[in-house]
Amino acid sequence: MALLQISEPGMSTAPHEHRLAAGIDLGTTNSLVASVRSGNATTLADDQGHHLLPSVVRYLKDGSVQVGQSAQTALTKDLQNGIASIKRLLGRSITDVKTLDGVLPYEFVNTNSSVPLIHTIAGDKSPIEISAEILKTLKTRAEKTLGGELKGVVITVPAYFDDAQRQATKDAARLADLNVYRLLNEPTAAAIAYGLDQNQTVDEKIIAVYDLGGGTFDISILRLNRGVFEVLATGGDSALGGDDFDHAIAQWILQQLKQATPDDNRQQKIKKLRQIMREARRVKEALTEAEEVTVSTQGFEGILTRTQFVALVEPLIKKTLFSCRRALRDAELEKNEVMDVVMVGGSTRMPIIRERVGEFFEQPPLVDIDPDKVVAIGAAIQADLLAGNKPDSDMLLLDVIPLSLGLETYGGLVEKIIARNTTIPVAKAQEFTTFKDNQNAMTIHVLQGERETVEENRSLAKFTLRGIPAMVAGAARIKVTFQVDADGLLNVSAEEQLTGAKSTIEVKPSYGLSDTAIESMITDSMTHAKEDMQARKLREQQVEADRTLEALDAAMATDGDTLLSKDERKILLEARSALVIAKQSATTETIDAAIKNMEKTAAFYVARRMDGNIRTAMAGKNINKFKD
Amino acid sequence: MAITLTKIAAERVKAFLDNRGKGIGLRLGVKTHGCSGMAYVMEFVDEIEEHDKIFESHGVKIIIDPKSLVYLDGTEMDFQKEGLSEGFKFSNPNESGSCGCGESFTV
Repeated sequence: MALLQISEPGMSTAPHEHRLAAGIDLGTTNSLVASVRSGNATTLADDQGHHLLPSVVRYLKDGSVQVGQSAQTALTKDLQNGIASIKRLLGRSITDVKTLDGVLPYEFVNTNSSVPLIHTIAGDKSPIEISAEILKTLKTRAEKTLGGELKGVVITVPAYFDDAQRQATKDAARLADLNVYRLLNEPTAAAIAYGLDQNQTVDEKIIAVYDLGGGTFDISILRLNRGVFEVLATGGDSALGGDDFDHAIAQWILQQLKQATPDDNRQQKIKKLRQIMREARRVKEALTEAEEVTVSTQGFEGILTRTQFVALVEPLIKKTLFSCRRALRDAELEKNEVMDVVMVGGSTRMPIIRERVGEFFEQPPLVDIDPDKVVAIGAAIQADLLAGNKPDSDMLLLDVIPLSLGLETYGGLVEKIIARNTTIPVAKAQEFTTFKDNQNAMTIHVLQGERETVEENRSLAKFTLRGIPAMVAGAARIKVTFQVDADGLLNVSAEEQLTGAKSTIEVKPSYGLSDTAIESMITDSMTHAKEDMQARKLREQQVEADRTLEALDAAMATDGDTLLSKDERKILLEARSALVIAKQSATTETIDAAIKNMEKTAAFYVARRMDGNIRTAMAGKNINKFKD
Repeated sequence: MAITLTKIAAERVKAFLDNRGKGIGLRLGVKTHGCSGMAYVMEFVDEIEEHDKIFESHGVKIIIDPKSLVYLDGTEMDFQKEGLSEGFKFSNPNESGSCGCGESFTV
């Protein structure tokens, strides 16, 4: 018999229709899955009671896969087929991977594919496939625990993940047969776990999320504005984490040992080092509770006090605080504007970290929720909401797009379709038309940024809509739709309204923008506002000049010979050359004057053509026909 | 007429209510749905309806509408763990048969 859970008032579902949802923290070192049961968000344990699943995947000869603790244990003896920290490679191209710090112990396959492939005993595996194995394991655990199939999940990603990395995460989820409600930024998830989005007393608040994990450090500054989280700045160090604190202790032990022991051979050295590292880790963790700990390894016996430990790791702490300062500066905020500080990551258990972060932000940080689990818990709360297990009155949290999205229009100008800071998901459509008579194709150039001209913005994608029926310039109606889904992924489609000819592109740029790049793109748009406006005006005048020239040429080609005398033709062509020259000049006034002159000169011709058209149109028709 | 909770079930309900931060008690009920006729309903209660009956068991208020009470009278609710899964279980003397999953029943 199934075990039942308590629902929110009025939200209980029919049997077999429970909307089971889970939050997944897909971490570099460890992963977790959490779910809301009877109104309570908790992480789910495996059958041995372990909540953390080491993010390690090992491929075996028979094609089977080990994930988690067993794979991690085997890591030392089977380095080639055991893969750890795959998150660092997820969504990266081969060129990215080559530039990543340090040498990775994996054997990369040489392929033409842009995705790096790791050679294992069970075949070549992509980071997406490897990540999917971790997700599959968590899915199975959740479905066993919750007693049913998962309707959907929320997966967390670092705030700095670019579109390619986010897409890769979604692809991995699809491979694991998971329905992703949405991806959620890790710092945002932590803030949700503490219910910071539920506090309605203030309209806007600034939240700092300090995330010190095993191997990475991230600081994120968030702005919460009426339920909408916006990432203002991120910073950190992808090669600084709890392991470095272990390392500092290990160094100290080695120094104490130096005098005592003779040089060993390489093999022994490595073995010894590993034992020292293990002892260092134990000492670090013990120092969280105790003021001093007895160190005992390799024949060395000694005592490490908390004060000594602090002295050893001082440079590391300073480094994290330096990142905090820089993130605040990037967000253009003062320390005292930060209203909440959330601690994430196992390493924030160290009392000295809590103390120093508290001192830095001048307030005690939030530490009540297990820092290893807080991100998964936030994701679970969000998943529960998206699954529809909560009444509508509960606010749904949203994200915003960081930079405006638009497309190139004639003359190298950018038409913004979706403005910066619009909440997502969003879809907006705008109609465009052809520039030339009988134009049968249109190239859509998708751009991101705040500036007015194409060169100053970031090009995201380009595609062509073909099959536009032959029409005079300006008659075709092409509807361009920009759609950004809940994960910030962009889909652009163009449709010719008459024939329904359609073309679509999904934008998954291979390189994302760092937050600093976004920041500078925004500030640039402000500092260059005036010259951008000038540039836009100039381009618009040039386009106008082109349009005038185009119209004149088209007209003269059709009826220039019949309607114009030789002299008249000459006058018109003179004005035309004057306009062509003026167009090259860099001042809007000159172009404007030349256009006006052209129009004035051609006025008689326009009038004559108009008469001609009417005459042709009315020829042979009864006057009564025009009455209505 | 009575509905009861086991001690452990009452403790869990209390914990869930505390965690939720609001709520008067636990609503139990049945609705005609599911593969075997009736389905159990279990919800937090923020408002008591006009005809609701209220029982108390180990300090937890159990709220039930009179129509459901007919089907649930004498029921004891327990909290159990089965493997990785944990949740509430009904022992209903009125139940004459249930579907394989136990989410719905017939009287």
